[in-house]
Amino acid sequence: MTEAGPDPNEPVRSIRAPVHLEYHFMPGRASSRFLRGVEQGRLLGQRCPQCAKVYVPPRGACAACGVPTDEEVEVADRGTVTTFCVVNVPFHGQKIKLPYVSATILLDGADIGLFHLLQEVDAEKVHMGMRVEAVWAPPEQRKPTLESILHFRPSGEPDADYETYKDHV
Amino acid sequence: MRDVAVVAFAQSRAVRAEEGANEVEILMPVVSAAIERSGVPRKEIGFTVSGSCDYLAGVPFAFVQGLDAVGAWPPIRESHVEMDGAWALYEAWVRLQHGDVDSALVYAFGKSSLGDLPQVLTLQLDPYCMAPLWPDSISIAALQARAWLEAGHDEREMAEVAARSRKAALANPMAQVAQDLTPEELLKQPYLVSPLRRHDCPPISDGAAAVVLAAGGLAREVSERPAWIRGIDHRIEPHGLGVRDLTHSPSTRLAGERAGVGRATVDVAELHAPFSFQEVILRQALGLGPDVEVNPSGGALAANVMMGAGLVRIGEAAGRVSDGGAGRAVAHATSGPCLQQNLVCVLEADQ
Ligand SMILES: [Zn+2]
Repeated sequence: MTEAGPDPNEPVRSIRAPVHLEYHFMPGRASSRFLRGVEQGRLLGQRCPQCAKVYVPPRGACAACGVPTDEEVEVADRGTVTTFCVVNVPFHGQKIKLPYVSATILLDGADIGLFHLLQEVDAEKVHMGMRVEAVWAPPEQRKPTLESILHFRPSGEPDADYETYKDHV
Repeated sequence: MRDVAVVAFAQSRAVRAEEGANEVEILMPVVSAAIERSGVPRKEIGFTVSGSCDYLAGVPFAFVQGLDAVGAWPPIRESHVEMDGAWALYEAWVRLQHGDVDSALVYAFGKSSLGDLPQVLTLQLDPYCMAPLWPDSISIAALQARAWLEAGHDEREMAEVAARSRKAALANPMAQVAQDLTPEELLKQPYLVSPLRRHDCPPISDGAAAVVLAAGGLAREVSERPAWIRGIDHRIEPHGLGVRDLTHSPSTRLAGERAGVGRATVDVAELHAPFSFQEVILRQALGLGPDVEVNPSGGALAANVMMGAGLVRIGEAAGRVSDGGAGRAVAHATSGPCLQQNLVCVLEADQ
């Protein structure tokens, strides 16, 4: 082998071909209403005219019935933990101290769980049926994003009866 | 073969950028309209299949959201192609041949305004030797146009196609670009990417389309004049542009032969030619003479919803059969750079 460079008989095993494309995210009419609500400290869902289920965040349609969900419904900023996971594994971009809890929260008045952080509680104390409430960012810091809710925390209410969330586990 | 017909078609009005609505919000009224027009109750539709492309939204599995527009509970039989909805319709036609279901919903949607479409389409090229150069879709089409011109054609042929298409679109309320200009006026316009002028290129469109297919007795029950699919076939050419003859469309010719285009007189043809000169290539490949009415809808030069424009051709052609305007129609859809892949569908009224 001389200093002449790579061996032309050696197969090329990889190439670099970077791809960079920019997109505008377009939440759509229903999600825009929801995100503007969050900016004002309100949680706005939509009710299906056929099955009466309330979607939060709304998507403009009932996925089960395939019909538009035009009726807007405000739901509570508190609810019940239906399932959760304790995050113990560090990962790239991690901002929160380990261990922490991600939970699916069935807001009072909603028929679909909302995914968010659970804080101000020891991970081993979190359980299904636990009642929790939203901790909002101060009004001047709220933006049209779910990060305007900093996290949820236990509300101190007694656990919810299993019957109230059994269809959501 | 089992008789299968197009019994309903709906589409949204194509627009450059749908500012408020997301894909599902564009799609939902279109799906509902097609189902309503079909007369087949939503819950009785036997098979659902869609065509879309995740690269348009830049979101993996974006097509799954489209199901919100359908009503997929209790669970339905469902499929998806990462292609134009015309290929979804092909899958539905095959599915109906199985004989256990009698109807199918086919839908397609595309919101190209979310990204830079000519660059997004670069990603359909060979990833080793072509895509890293980032040629955009207009430039690739211009290369094909140049090869075609040098094979003995002229720019006036292109301008004639553009003038006729955009004039026809004046009668199509769903079209995005419509105007009445002569070929001479169009030829005075500057080049966009030589030898293509702006009117030789399709508009960038947001929109959706849906078709309902029904088999045999059900089609006769729900439709006074079903548009029977008498032949359907699709063929593809090599990925590398350098190994193809870009001045002809052998895959269209073969698909047309297999679909039986030449077996009888064709009254009307809806050809998916995103670029003006491609229509001339397609007419030749399908053996369509000067007496065949081509693209009364205005074609893809008037509205070109990515992943939808091919399905729209089938819907428009079927509409001409069902409204009595034509006895026999040909619909064509294309996909990939420079007419790489082509589908041909022959639609007929009852004799
Ligand atoms: Zn519903």
